[in-house]
Amino acid sequence: MSLHLGIALDGAGWHPAAWRQPDARPHELFSPRYWASLVQEAEAGLIDLVTIEDALNLQSDAFATQDERTDRVRGRLDAVLIAARVAPVTQHIGLIPTAITTHTEPFHLSKAIATLDYAALGRAGVRVQLAPRQDTAKHFGRRDVPAIDVTRINDGSQQQLLADGFDEAADYVEVLRRLWDSWEDDAEIRDVESGRFVDRDKLHYIDFEGRWFSVKGPSITPRPPQGQPIVAALGHADIPYRLIGRAADLGFITPHSATEAAELAAVIDRHRVAAGRVEEKIHVWADLVVVLDETESAACDRLDHLNELAGAEYTSDAEIFAGTPAQLADLLLDWNLSGYRLRPATVPHDLTQITRGLVPQLQQRGAFRTAYAEGDLRSRLGLPRPANRYASA
Amino acid sequence: MTKQIHLAAHFPGVNNTTVWSDPAAGSHIEFDSFRRFAQTAERGKLDFLFLAEGLRLREQKGQIYDLDVVGRPDTFTVLAALAGVTEKLGLTGTINSTFNEPYEVARQFASLDHLSEGRAAWNVVTSWDKFTGENFRRGGYLAQEDRYARARTFLQTTAELFDSWSGVEIVADAASGQFLNTAAPGRFRHQDRFFDIEGQFNVPRSPQGRPVIFQAGDSEDGRNFAAAQADAIFSRYATYDEGKVFYEDVKGRLAGFGRERSDLLILPAASYVLGDTDAEAEELAYQVRRAQVSPATARNFIEQLWNTDLSDFDVDGPLPSFDPVVEGELIAKGRASVRQLAKDPVALANEWRAKAEAKKLSARDLVIEVTGRQTFVGSAATIAETINRFVQDDVSDGFILVPHITPDGLAPFVDQVVPLLQERGVFRTDYEGSTLRDHLGLKYPA
Repeated sequence: MSLHLGIALDGAGWHPAAWRQPDARPHELFSPRYWASLVQEAEAGLIDLVTIEDALNLQSDAFATQDERTDRVRGRLDAVLIAARVAPVTQHIGLIPTAITTHTEPFHLSKAIATLDYAALGRAGVRVQLAPRQDTAKHFGRRDVPAIDVTRINDGSQQQLLADGFDEAADYVEVLRRLWDSWEDDAEIRDVESGRFVDRDKLHYIDFEGRWFSVKGPSITPRPPQGQPIVAALGHADIPYRLIGRAADLGFITPHSATEAAELAAVIDRHRVAAGRVEEKIHVWADLVVVLDETESAACDRLDHLNELAGAEYTSDAEIFAGTPAQLADLLLDWNLSGYRLRPATVPHDLTQITRGLVPQLQQRGAFRTAYAEGDLRSRLGLPRPANRYASA
Repeated sequence: MTKQIHLAAHFPGVNNTTVWSDPAAGSHIEFDSFRRFAQTAERGKLDFLFLAEGLRLREQKGQIYDLDVVGRPDTFTVLAALAGVTEKLGLTGTINSTFNEPYEVARQFASLDHLSEGRAAWNVVTSWDKFTGENFRRGGYLAQEDRYARARTFLQTTAELFDSWSGVEIVADAASGQFLNTAAPGRFRHQDRFFDIEGQFNVPRSPQGRPVIFQAGDSEDGRNFAAAQADAIFSRYATYDEGKVFYEDVKGRLAGFGRERSDLLILPAASYVLGDTDAEAEELAYQVRRAQVSPATARNFIEQLWNTDLSDFDVDGPLPSFDPVVEGELIAKGRASVRQLAKDPVALANEWRAKAEAKKLSARDLVIEVTGRQTFVGSAATIAETINRFVQDDVSDGFILVPHITPDGLAPFVDQVVPLLQERGVFRTDYEGSTLRDHLGLKYPA
């Protein structure tokens, strides 16, 4: 079988001390060259797609509040715009920026991702994420976001807050998708004879009305090249798994064993079927933080050193893998998912260990492409171009 | 002292200025059109590229308006992508202050400024209409008298966000482990009747400090807004007499806001038709105007002023003899120009009828007469001479060129007119600085 690989880009890498590595470029984290070079490196490794993290607040080591650390990378650029900036200087790799659903406008994001799909010639997607922090809500001042108490996360009241947030995200994705379909593919006719630029019967109001917003449509941007760009989401519990099952094309999960990976994929599959998406395919990829070196001991030593620099052992929602590219290749095949999103602990070191170490290892096992095939991101992922929901057959 | 001219390129818009029926006309959506347009502008050493915005497809009589170009991409996304295929060209986006929030717009412009290494500019526009609001969470609309109040405070708030990082916070000293020299970068707090926000901005200070600010409004409020806060005005007064009056009016307001005359540039939109000779250009210009105002477009335009259904109206005959309908909703929605028509439609209709009568014009020819005249028509030599004279005489500080063919309508101007301006020493032969503030001779914000 052939695996799919995504690389999750975030600042200098996922380890908090990544920016202090000798090959890090901490002064360039906000420069276009930095982002172009990372994505081009991923593309040289024939990677399926990159994701780019984002948030509407500063990074923080604390879960729900802003820390005041001065020894961590703080500050970031808008992920959709980073993706747009690298789109014309790459040819094949998928570009999936993170976008926050809690405070932004689905109308704006829909046209932004459609436009990214035009700029990238069919390689765009978006990873949707909630902004649960109360201090983030104060950046907008438009609504109160109730604090979720993680110590009582399984209480009914906390579960209801979570469910509300993810229901809003599901509505948000529904609006993105309807707006992408609000122009039929052949709506632009340029009929000189009748003087009509568009056939307005092929433009559709989406008339979405939900609990959090209503959107009239149609989009101002025509249907993007892929018809529906890829929608991705990360989940750690049943409520987000349900969002993935009903709304996403690509789900990221954080299992710690092959058994758990299979269980979580099955949960998402049940949500998919329950949502009526019987004929549709959803990719479920596991996230892994990777620390890679030529020997296992070198990788472990490097992780120890990073932890020492950071002043604490690094913990993550995802499994942290320290070892060789060959060992990682074995693990990925053993876990038996359709793909993985790898979070390089440090950049560029662990990124190039993926592209120049892991990828050849997988290729030797017959488990990874040796060249990009023609086609857009959907077709690379084996997802057909969806029919337009508004088109009369 | 001889003034240096500023020139910019407006990507052809979704209105009847853009002649989509021309065989040379390309896509308004595909990125390649934007790339070609931007690279042509950069080849001509132009100051910047300009994108307009509209957040709902236009309608007339309850139907989507289908005679002009329909549809456009997202402004920020296109500009960020163009930053990847250009090196010096300024990137100006029109972004609405009504259907956005300061934190998000500030981080998008600060990000664009980083990703373009100092080439971002923001044309701040306001909107109040409920029609556009139907696409957004905030829905509703602003009272008309509140739109500039909100725009002013919106712009002020984003300035506070841009300034919340001074530019010295990131030390990134790997040896000591110090990334920041402050525990709370980007701290801000803003409270007024439109915004009550506080927290920390998450984009470090960008190369230009703040994007260059454009303003396009023309009302008394709009002019004061520009004189107080803008770096440049995208004006509609490109004719000699009107331009001089507007220029003097707005520049004259600057001192009242403690600013110098050079702190605000006046850059009107300007269309053009080039020919090998002036006579040939005039003939071409006439044909372009007829293509821009087809019989159906003329009828729709008359409907907009008369504000009623005129489906069976013959545009080759005279204008309607009855007066425009002044009560009720406007039949045209999502179109800024209609608000000009709606100010006093009866008086304007009388003015049009008098003009048609005097010049013996049919309804369609009248529409062409009042809407279609290109700013500059002539040979390259004539146009270069005219532009230079206008700028030296303080009609403007330069022009934002609006070609009528997408995307290649800019090329003849760049290839034929720009070299003549360069020969006269009134337009740069290469970029001297790297940021848009450098190109426009604007100060960097403290």
